[in-house]
Amino acid sequence: MSLNLATLDTASLAEEARRQIEICNACRYCEGFCSVFPAMTRQKSFADGDLTHLANLCHNCRGCYYSCQYTEPHEFDLNLPAALAEVRQDSWERFVGPAPVARTFQQNGMVLMLSMVAGIGVLFWLIASLRPTSGEGFYAFLSHNAMVALFAPAFLLPLAAVAVGLVRYWREVGAGRLAIRHVVGACAQVANMRNLGGGQGQGCNFEVEDRYSNARRYFHQAVMYGFLLCFAATSVATILHYVFGWQAPYGLLTPPKLLGVPGGILLVVGTIGLAWLKTKADKKLGAVRAWGGEMAFIALLGFVAASGLALYAATGSHLVSPMLAVHLGAVLTFFLLLPYTKMVHGFFRLAALLAEETKKKTA
Amino acid sequence: MANVKDTASHLGETLWDVIVVGGGNAALCAAITAAEAGARVLILEGAPKAYRGGNSRHTRNFRCMHRGPLSVLTGSYEEDEYFHDLMLVTKGKTDEGLARFAIRSSEECLPWMEAHGVRFQPSLSGTLSLSRTNAFFLGGGKALVNAYYNTATDLGVTIVYEAQVKHVHLEGDRFTHVEVSVAGAPQQSIRGRSVVLSSGGFQSDIEWLTRAWGPAAANFLIRGTPYNRGVVLRDMLDQDCESVGDPTQCHAVAIDGRAPKFDGGIVTRLDCVPFSIVVNRDGDRFYNEGEDVWPKRYAIWGRLVAAQPGQEGFSIIDSKSIDLFMPSVFPPVKADTVEELGVKLGLDGAKLKQTVETFNAACRPGEFRPMELDGVATEGLTPAKTNWARPIDKPPYYGYQLRPGVTFTYLGLKVSQDARVHTLRGPLANVWAAGEIMAGSILGQGYLAGFGMTIGTVFGRIAGREAASRVS
Ligand SMILES: Cc1cc2nc3c(=O)[nH]c(=O)nc-3n(C[C@H](O)[C@H](O)[C@H](O)COP(=O)(O)OP(=O)(O)OC[C@H]3O[C@@H](n4cnc5c(N)ncnc54)[C@H](O)[C@@H]3O)c2cc1C
Ligand code: SF4
Ligand code: SF4
Repeated sequence: MSLNLATLDTASLAEEARRQIEICNACRYCEGFCSVFPAMTRQKSFADGDLTHLANLCHNCRGCYYSCQYTEPHEFDLNLPAALAEVRQDSWERFVGPAPVARTFQQNGMVLMLSMVAGIGVLFWLIASLRPTSGEGFYAFLSHNAMVALFAPAFLLPLAAVAVGLVRYWREVGAGRLAIRHVVGACAQVANMRNLGGGQGQGCNFEVEDRYSNARRYFHQAVMYGFLLCFAATSVATILHYVFGWQAPYGLLTPPKLLGVPGGILLVVGTIGLAWLKTKADKKLGAVRAWGGEMAFIALLGFVAASGLALYAATGSHLVSPMLAVHLGAVLTFFLLLPYTKMVHGFFRLAALLAEETKKKTA
Repeated sequence: MANVKDTASHLGETLWDVIVVGGGNAALCAAITAAEAGARVLILEGAPKAYRGGNSRHTRNFRCMHRGPLSVLTGSYEEDEYFHDLMLVTKGKTDEGLARFAIRSSEECLPWMEAHGVRFQPSLSGTLSLSRTNAFFLGGGKALVNAYYNTATDLGVTIVYEAQVKHVHLEGDRFTHVEVSVAGAPQQSIRGRSVVLSSGGFQSDIEWLTRAWGPAAANFLIRGTPYNRGVVLRDMLDQDCESVGDPTQCHAVAIDGRAPKFDGGIVTRLDCVPFSIVVNRDGDRFYNEGEDVWPKRYAIWGRLVAAQPGQEGFSIIDSKSIDLFMPSVFPPVKADTVEELGVKLGLDGAKLKQTVETFNAACRPGEFRPMELDGVATEGLTPAKTNWARPIDKPPYYGYQLRPGVTFTYLGLKVSQDARVHTLRGPLANVWAAGEIMAGSILGQGYLAGFGMTIGTVFGRIAGREAASRVS
């Protein structure tokens, strides 16, 4: 691009996206690819909030780049996926503050990876210094109470930060009142990742340039469902613990493991796949400055899953203690930095689809 | 691009079965068909890869006959209605046999296109009137072109970009080789058993355009690719090939005057004229802006503006009308008074004010209905405005500068139903033509939306088939 988007501030990023959107709105050839275009054609002029909304509806499938007759070296210099990615990235950093912290982790993969190492170090230290006198399974190394004391706030505080961000988002884009039908409509789109299907199920233009491929959609589905399964496993275990007094360790044929093991495998496969696709895709069609952070986040997520599986495999061996530290350290990092990593895209993407449902119906 | 030159240096060593000149829709349809018939095919595309696909990359749909719902097309659109529509725009300047043949063949094109990677979508917002007759490409013409390049690559077709064909060599009635310069390198000969010419019209050669049309053409904007300079067309005409179509005419529409000289494409169109008054640079109106609905009139405005001083016009509306048409690519010039608007547009503000006032005074009450001929007309004004004549009186006021934008030229090579090129002495043995370079045979005048791609697809496939069959 002729503009160096990476160095621009919020206003200039919006300005560049507006310039491109206005060209698209006079063209509309890409209308069939995704939700962005039908949302765009409702208007003739675009306030900053409208751009934030369109940017969060875009999932960087790149269909509109490879099929655009106005891309570089044409003087219109269209690169809508990148322009929207920058506005989107910037919006997360503004909404889920503090912005400098967000920017640091979103952009800098090395910092993220070092944080993980630090997180693991903290867990080694905790296990070494807080080792309980009794307890079974993992709890022989770190008591249940210590785990809760550590992870409950590490989970809830970041979620609170994201929630604040979502409220800011909702206000900025001027979404309407939410009704059940909006939720149903949005969730249906998430469930099959309709928008990653390129409009007709042919997929994205991601790793094979102007050819369509569903690889990204499938790997991403593996990650999403893997994550949800792992989350469900943890939730079920919590219920078993508190409601039924059934404590870990759980055997292979118990609900937590039946959910968690396939979830972990899906996550590992999905993250490896997504990272691999990312190395093949053109960086310049995304938010270039966030590439390293995104890659590190995928690595972190994959590592959380892989270390969880390894921990399970190590049951009964002398490796349990170090593996527990490694896994819990990665999990801790994942949760603490959740508001400042690519993980927030899940929340904002759902919010954007919900907002779009409310706008569609009221339009 | 060093590797372009590298591969190019070996091209002359092969005797190609089919050489395809050009890299747009017609060329690709020909290359794919020939390759599927087993021929060894070479595509010589004059443009660099980023600009491959000629004017085809700017298109959005093709017009398709169908006897019942077909893919994204609704209802039916039968041969006679299609032909009737063609007769209306060409005023009879068409070869009926060839035209009907193209129309009938269009029906089988759609499934063929889908089978070769093209995806369709329902007609775009704002174009509902075309949902029965025209099938829209998902992502537009560039997506179609990409799909065809991928299909051709998978079929083993060799593709060379920046390959400017300078001369098509004939010996008697036989083609022997082309002279081509790749990426600016010295000319080389590439031999072939047959050749398909699909290098478009000559509209991007402004000098040729001014010789044909007159000096005013220097101010025209070219809506499509700068690479269609008619080099091959000229070369064939110089070798006594039969021509068809008016050599002095081109299809021109009124577009946004701020559009780039070349390749502005679809977004530079302006649909505001029927709701506006249009003045020339002297501030005078010169034609009935409300003569008919815009899809039926936009093509004459290129000519009308071309006849005005400086080849420019200025479309003036008020805020009542700003949301009645598709958004423009550049924002309109805006002002709180008509006079100020005139000054901002580079006109005599007082004169514009006077023209608007005269127009407003001639407006009569009536029920304004933007989507149909509403008969709301001026009285006692020359030229009259016979529909949508509402006073321009609600600030802010908006203005667009208009210039003629050339879509294509009419002059082409005359072909027979098998796409074969003819000289004054008779048909050539192994030379075929497809697409805009021969479209004049069917579109002698005017234009029918979506017919350019139909002609290219129908005759591209025939040319590819015929060229390949001469080889085996
Ligand atoms: C803005 C715009 C919108 C349009 N929209 C539509 C539409 O929606 N539907 C429709 O049916 N029609 C449309 N048309 C018309 C349509 O573009 C043409 O009818 C069609 O593309 C012609 O196809 P073609 O393959 O003959 O030519 P092109 O697609 O123009 O291809 C010509 C090719 O020849 C190459 N070439 C030229 N000279 C040489 C040389 N000397 N050596 C090597 N290569 C050379 C060029 O680089 C180019 O690749 C539109 C035209 C424009 C300008
Ligand atoms: S990305 Fe390009 S082709 Fe697609 S709608 Fe925008 S301007 Fe048109
Ligand atoms: S990149 Fe994909 S999702 Fe984003 S605007 Fe373009 S087509 Fe839509």
